[in-house]
Amino acid sequence: MGPKRQEGTDTGEIVTARRLAVGYKDKMVWHDANFGIERGEFVAVIGPNGAGKTTLFRMLLGLQKPSGGDLTVFGSKPSRGDSRIGYVPQRHAIDNETNIECVELVHLAYGGGRWGFNLSTRREKDAAMSALKAVGAEDLAHKSLASLSGGELQRVFLAEALVSNPEMLLLDEPLSNLDIRRAIELVEVIGDVVKERKVTAFLVAHDINPLMRYIDKVMYMANGKVATGTPEEVLTSKNLSALYGARVEVLRDSRGHIIIHSRYGGEEVHEEAYHVI
Amino acid sequence: MSLIGALQYIFQYQFMQHAFEAGTIIAIVAGIMGYLVVLRKTSFAAHAYAEIGFAGAAGSVLLGINPLIGLLSASTVSGLGIAVLGNRASHRDVEIGTILAFALGLGLLFISLYTGYATEAYSILFGEILGISASNVLLTLVVSLIILVAAAFVYRPILFASLDEDVAEAKGMHVLLLGGIFMILLAASVSIAIQVTGVLLIFALMVTPAATAIRLTKKPAYAILISTLIALGATWSGLLIAFYEPYPVSFFIVTIVFAIYLIVRFVRPRM
Repeated sequence: MGPKRQEGTDTGEIVTARRLAVGYKDKMVWHDANFGIERGEFVAVIGPNGAGKTTLFRMLLGLQKPSGGDLTVFGSKPSRGDSRIGYVPQRHAIDNETNIECVELVHLAYGGGRWGFNLSTRREKDAAMSALKAVGAEDLAHKSLASLSGGELQRVFLAEALVSNPEMLLLDEPLSNLDIRRAIELVEVIGDVVKERKVTAFLVAHDINPLMRYIDKVMYMANGKVATGTPEEVLTSKNLSALYGARVEVLRDSRGHIIIHSRYGGEEVHEEAYHVI
Repeated sequence: MSLIGALQYIFQYQFMQHAFEAGTIIAIVAGIMGYLVVLRKTSFAAHAYAEIGFAGAAGSVLLGINPLIGLLSASTVSGLGIAVLGNRASHRDVEIGTILAFALGLGLLFISLYTGYATEAYSILFGEILGISASNVLLTLVVSLIILVAAAFVYRPILFASLDEDVAEAKGMHVLLLGGIFMILLAASVSIAIQVTGVLLIFALMVTPAATAIRLTKKPAYAILISTLIALGATWSGLLIAFYEPYPVSFFIVTIVFAIYLIVRFVRPRM
């Protein structure tokens, strides 16, 4: 769908989906999705709850098989434990009782998979510190995870994902518990990392506005379908109406903010989470 | 009498030697495993193993078998069961509660069928380290060494999977297997620790020392060290005091760890 892909070859593509379908036992999540994401692209993944955003990540990570079609990541079928992918899940066991310093977590993300009696090496410690530095969180290194704010915690998770120098980042709703200022700060950090390291990043979000300055593409999932392309291509009233199967209007305010507005059964619905993006 | 004099006097008695030997080994295992119990929030499962172990111990008393064997087999089998059911089974409070109530009931039946002394039941429930036999000290040592070697081997992956299970899974780590190994090690640790604290006071060694330690340090290695030192200190002091006072060792141990916990909470109310 994106103009870059229309230009021709698939050589620059890190992720390619052809007629991709995914579902669980009795429920099809989405089907017939075609998209190609190139190296260094920053992609916003948007859509209502249950649209299959996290499922896309699970497929890219090799944790879930597609139910139809083809998906390739780095030119081959996704396989679990690919160190070229850094992942920030939505769910974390860390809470205000996890009194462990941040650098330990980042450090474990680098060498924590190893079984055996080995102690951590100097190299691992340096890698953890430089990952924290890359996200501007070196000051947090020796702070307790229990004491961090939502925004600080997300930076540490980002460092955890970056510690093994991945080529692709999968970020599942990192902005969801942040106020708008912190969300914009975090997006800036992520945007800089994407640019400097030329990593490909997928970021799941409910609100696309803080991302607009940085993203190259949007994947919009709804109603069992996926639309992929540049924001200008995807975020039109015509496209989204076709996607939802209902009349949807894309509005832009004077400062360029996007509002998606839908009308159900004659009654106007202005749902913050899903339809105002 | 000086402390050294007192110790020399105490160690003339073989039952005190055995109690110190077993108590020391158990405190080390409990201090280390306790840290992972607190981190993984599986203290309820730890309690369940103790009560399932009670049924096993009471059953073996009835059959005339060494209760420690009954304890170890019942709780390790249940640990295996939870391991097979999967990682998240350890957080299913309702199911665990249902099973442990049944296990306690079964233990009660075995105890009432047993025509011998009721002290057997009492010592399983509240601990009786002073009566530990030389062969049980040896068995405790062997089981503890297995637990410690296995725990050292899987420590880093378990620590990481406890903190960030989804990332660990994505990195290709076998989180279900790790959770299962942890459950079995925990069940075995609880079984041996019951000898000191009994079924009902199991948290005194498996939870309180680690819960205290995590308030004192942000480094997992130090937390494990502190947790172990608290468990050791409480066990040794409990044994010493109980030698001179007519009250049970487990009472002194639970009181000491609780006092330390209270002081630490008071001094460091926030982490």
